[in-house]
Amino acid sequence: MPKNPNIKKVVVIGSGPIVIGQAAEFDYAGTQACRALKEEGIYVILINSNPATIMTDKNIADQVYIEPLTPEIVKKVILQEKPDSILPTLGGQAALNIAMELEESGFLREHNVRLIGTSAKTIKKAEDRDEFKKTMEKIGEPIAPSSVVTTVEEGLEFVKTIGYPAVLRPAYTLGGSGGGIAADEEEFKEILENGLRLSRVGQVLVERCIAGWKEIEYEVMRDANGTGICVCNMENLDPVGVHTGDSIVVAPSQTLADKEYQMLRSAALNIISELKITGGCNVQFALHPTSFEYCVIEVNPRVSRSSALASKATGYPIAKVSAKIALGYDLDEIKNAITGKTYASFEPALDYCVVKIPRLPFDKFIKASRKLTTQMKATGEVMSICTNFEGALMKALRSLEQHVDSLLYGDLGNEPVEKIHDELSRVDDRRIFVVAEAIRRGITKEEIHSITKIDMWFLDKIENIVKVEKRLATEELTKELLFEAKRMEFPDHVIAKIAGNTKEEVRALRDEYKMYPAYKMVDTCAAEFEASTPYYYSCYDGECEVDATRKKKKVMVLGSGPIRIGQGVEFDYCSVHSTWALSDSGYETIIVNNNPETVSTDFDIADKLYFEPLTAEDVEAIVNLEKPDGAVVQFGGQTAIKLTEDLLKMGVPILGTSAENVDAAEDRELFDEILEQCCIPRPAGKTVFTCEEALAAANELGYPVLVRPSYVLGGQGMQIAISDNDIVEFMDIINRTVQEHPILVDKYLMGKEVEVDAVCDGEDILIPGIMEHVERAGIHSGDSISVYPARSISDKVKRVLEDYTKKLAVSLHVIGLINIQFIVYQEEVYVIEVNPRSSRTVPYISKVTGIPIVDLASKVITGEKIRNLGYTPGLQKESEYFAIKMPVFSFEKLRGAEISLGPEMKSTGECLGIAKDFNEALYKAFLGSGIDLPKHKKMVLTVKDSDKLEAVEIGKRFVALGYEIYSTRSTCRVLNENGIPAKFINKVERESPNLLDLILSHEIDLVIDTPAQGIEKSKDGFIIRRHAIETGVTVLTSLDTADALLTSLEKANKDHLTLVDICRL
Amino acid sequence: MKAFLILDGHVFEGKSVGCTDEIISEIVFNTSMTGYLEVLTDPSYAGQAVCMTYPLIGNYGICFEDMEANKPWQSGFITREIAKLPSNFRTEETLEDFLSQNHITGIEGIDTRALTKILREKGTMRGMITTDENYDMDVVMNKIKQYEIGDVVRLTTCKDVMHFEGNRFKVAVLDLGAKKNIIRELQNRDCEVVVYPSYTKAEDIIKDKPDGIMLTNGPGDPKTNVEVIEEVKKLFATKIPIFAICLGHQLLALANGADTEKMKYGHRGANHPVKDMKTGKVYISTQNHGYMVKEASIDRDVAEVSFINVNDGTVEGVHYIGKNVQTVQFHPEACAGPHDTNYLFDEFMNMMEVSK
Repeated sequence: MPKNPNIKKVVVIGSGPIVIGQAAEFDYAGTQACRALKEEGIYVILINSNPATIMTDKNIADQVYIEPLTPEIVKKVILQEKPDSILPTLGGQAALNIAMELEESGFLREHNVRLIGTSAKTIKKAEDRDEFKKTMEKIGEPIAPSSVVTTVEEGLEFVKTIGYPAVLRPAYTLGGSGGGIAADEEEFKEILENGLRLSRVGQVLVERCIAGWKEIEYEVMRDANGTGICVCNMENLDPVGVHTGDSIVVAPSQTLADKEYQMLRSAALNIISELKITGGCNVQFALHPTSFEYCVIEVNPRVSRSSALASKATGYPIAKVSAKIALGYDLDEIKNAITGKTYASFEPALDYCVVKIPRLPFDKFIKASRKLTTQMKATGEVMSICTNFEGALMKALRSLEQHVDSLLYGDLGNEPVEKIHDELSRVDDRRIFVVAEAIRRGITKEEIHSITKIDMWFLDKIENIVKVEKRLATEELTKELLFEAKRMEFPDHVIAKIAGNTKEEVRALRDEYKMYPAYKMVDTCAAEFEASTPYYYSCYDGECEVDATRKKKKVMVLGSGPIRIGQGVEFDYCSVHSTWALSDSGYETIIVNNNPETVSTDFDIADKLYFEPLTAEDVEAIVNLEKPDGAVVQFGGQTAIKLTEDLLKMGVPILGTSAENVDAAEDRELFDEILEQCCIPRPAGKTVFTCEEALAAANELGYPVLVRPSYVLGGQGMQIAISDNDIVEFMDIINRTVQEHPILVDKYLMGKEVEVDAVCDGEDILIPGIMEHVERAGIHSGDSISVYPARSISDKVKRVLEDYTKKLAVSLHVIGLINIQFIVYQEEVYVIEVNPRSSRTVPYISKVTGIPIVDLASKVITGEKIRNLGYTPGLQKESEYFAIKMPVFSFEKLRGAEISLGPEMKSTGECLGIAKDFNEALYKAFLGSGIDLPKHKKMVLTVKDSDKLEAVEIGKRFVALGYEIYSTRSTCRVLNENGIPAKFINKVERESPNLLDLILSHEIDLVIDTPAQGIEKSKDGFIIRRHAIETGVTVLTSLDTADALLTSLEKANKDHLTLVDICRL
Repeated sequence: MKAFLILDGHVFEGKSVGCTDEIISEIVFNTSMTGYLEVLTDPSYAGQAVCMTYPLIGNYGICFEDMEANKPWQSGFITREIAKLPSNFRTEETLEDFLSQNHITGIEGIDTRALTKILREKGTMRGMITTDENYDMDVVMNKIKQYEIGDVVRLTTCKDVMHFEGNRFKVAVLDLGAKKNIIRELQNRDCEVVVYPSYTKAEDIIKDKPDGIMLTNGPGDPKTNVEVIEEVKKLFATKIPIFAICLGHQLLALANGADTEKMKYGHRGANHPVKDMKTGKVYISTQNHGYMVKEASIDRDVAEVSFINVNDGTVEGVHYIGKNVQTVQFHPEACAGPHDTNYLFDEFMNMMEVSK
């Protein structure tokens, strides 16, 4: 059927802040879908609280509301805009849940809004555990024996019939939040209690454990006419038991014969027909490894992380096609955009192998449990493509940027074989390396298989890699051996290290043999048809298909790799905007990136896309082929910046700020010189290498001091030390990884933190606005609440900030973007950090000021001047709106992670609160981050000694709001002495009832717990915070945040929230 | 051992796998990602060497029950990489051993994508696989030019009538190089199946009083089957319902005065969309054909197009007006490939039911 002419004005719901389990893939899907809708002449109204996304740009939708994603706000938008339809399948679980609520309450019917993309009935059948089970039984699709329980007693009764271990899955939660595998009754009770509370509908599915079965996924599509197709199937290397988001995944499946492949494909299509899905759907199966028995694990009736991966793995744009199906089109009426000839009603044929590896955040949360379970923990992922599995795996490993470029990991080689054997049963992010080490040590594949249940096929391929390692170590590096190593994508430096040569020698050999990678196309059809917009991957065993002819000036944009804490979707936003701006300026654009979740790796963003690791060797091969006129590194975060020097060696000019000047900002001595020349003060500090030097420096400066490695993003490894003990501890942690650059020790000033992003053309600067942090210095800027325009600093200070920014940008010869962080301490301005590149706040400040600074910066780096681009240089006029960026965390997903905030970044995402009134903006920002108070009006307040006086003020205000406060001894005493009726509660280690019982009673709204500086020695606070987070209680660890929350609760007019359309600012 | 695949103007160097005998044949490509054994044993590939576009072949080894004939019919097998350690609970031997035991000349380690692009651009070509490093190009090209695919239907059809018990309908299968799964699908529906060699006279089939006739898939150029077409005309003239697949579909078209032509590089894979012209619904089908029925040649008074290929609009199925005759170019019996059009066998049952 052609397009439904009654669909004209559509509300699209986005997925909100990035959290573990709901990440950048929804920006990719949402952006692609909105563009598809606009292509069809649809008026698009977007609601998404995440300002860091491309989908919330004004060129993506007609109206953009960066507002909290709550049913009330969506209702408000519908009442105001009167759309005819609402599309909820692009915003993940968050959007589906809201749509369900509006549908079930009758609101949509009442206002004549049709739900498109899927029906409420479909959502319910797929998502409600009980309905799902009934539906599967009806069509004869097997599921693991299971029961939906609503009480702990019911659960205990049922588990008797299936035995332990048992799997628990709460209904309607993100990324399997609160789920897990229980080995015994105690674990079972704990997980169940928690899951019941986290589930929106108070349901938890308890099911037979099928851990160890093969986990297979199918991405399927269906149109309203009943045509169903399978876009891609994927096989998890990690068997059932590890969330697919945390598994190494390969596409297509490798160990399924056609019989199993078709059996599951038919089952998937059977399921989507019964559910009457219109659009994309993900179906997950567990397949018994030695029979045809299978069961359906889960169905996601919407675009998902897996559908993003499947789209990138095949070239089939699932979100785009889903959007068109939502408008009424049938699959055979939608063109295949990659070939430009065929239609969407076909199944992609792959002629390569795809490997995805999750990016896990354990480098940031060293205390968190690394165990992988059915609860997703990854923040992002990388994908690689090659003609063989070994090569795809090796490329994916180095794409992770975790200092491991092969299967040789850390000290595993020195561990005794018994230890390696024991480690095999540990399911964590290092398992692939342990498996390789086990093979190296001669543990048989059969033995490894019996412990890990990883299919023999994968083990054999890993053995192939290990065999090449051995040959490299023992044999002469012949042409044949070198080719075999390169075919498996061993990087030159790894070959050199194993073979005992230098990287340069290996490279010289490759030059002699003319052994270079060739680039093949991803074209959806295994070369059966000619492709019009393909993308490329490298391999060593074939001829190159790239047409590198120069039609116009070429520029290479280096992407930012996997999403990780500290380097999020913001950098993809910058890369994409820069690509668009450069294309607009007449350049041929080439993107290099390896993140399947992002917009930058969509097939039609740049003129050419290379899906490749972002290492010097991989980039150089592309450079040698394409011979770009320049490269842009300032938008791709630290990943791209790190390649600067190598690009210069390759002879590629860096567009914008030069490499020396990037260095100058990072090199302490050079930077000090510049500051001195400009007469700009910064907190006193020193550079050190050893622990002894650090101790000397700290004592000379006086505690507290900030300790951090240079050249890092997101404050990785940054700590505040208050004593010699802290210094010793931090230096030890920092030096666990080899430090190529010195470590910085700075005097810590507890002032107001202020941040500026600016564009500089070498002479003039443009500052869209000044952002002020709510939390005092000491908490990473990415974890602070950020307020624009800055409220609490004087005009005088603002002028100083403008002046310093200009001086610094000009002295550092910045061409393009610069980000500067200042501390305002007693009306004095100190510089604490300068980054001559794009920053995390760029999308946010661009949106709330309406000044497209990435576009401006991209034009500036190609030689344009700010004055000629229609802007007056300097600090721009302040907006009449307050825009507040609120950090969002994923602590509940990471067992054992320390949640207290400090100089190291911990947030995974952000949301925006925007309004003319500051208090309303603040309230919206809290609401968007999921803090919706009050509920029970009970709270816990325990603070460190230095915070006690401030706590009195905070306490008073909460009491005024009607809160009942519980405190442990010392805080309680101070509060009582000051006339606040706080109730005393025992510390965790004391007898019941204690603080823990209180938190587990599920009646606490809020825990305010400020930990002592430095790494906490007492476990008490840690236990309180963890339990609070895991029971879904809001925890604040800074009194500044608490103050802001109070302000929003006291003053915002919650019942009359206003809506702000970003497109009309 | 080194092996070479030589085409007009192109030489691919790889490694010899399976048999080392020199072969000359037509070179075609197949885009299925699974089902290499079904492809290897599909008699329609007689006289052809198949290049698998998916690079990792043999991953799950050989499961004998998945064979579509008693032996592989391809002349050669062209791959990028064959798994040394297959892994599947049903695996009985490796693909490499299977090729050796069945004397199939194979080559691995070549750039199958580059080869596919040549075939896509220049059309299906003939070529040679040899392990002779000192081949003389002129001699090779001369041999290649002289290659004739021959009467491959005669080669692949059964030698004697075969009989399978069943209770529901009696189906006569004219074996033109049939895949086993066609017969399995009929057996699954409790049909009594009698399989006749391709050269069987129509009278001999009709006198056995079948409830329905099945014309199977098969290899080669349909027009070379001059005698079979004459017999098909006689079968068509009866009132017995007919269901025809692939070569059978082409022969019925030729029997009714329509024309067939060779396609540039054919349809071979498990991802071909076919559209049911009545419902507009699209099904994904398995296909394996290098010839097709010319749409313009179909007499509109005799037949109507029932299915088309969504990619290129070619004829994928024909319904004969006023007759209980349904023919399809694609493979509803799948193996390898999707089971989406399996329902056509049920429709065949209905056709027999109504005319009984």
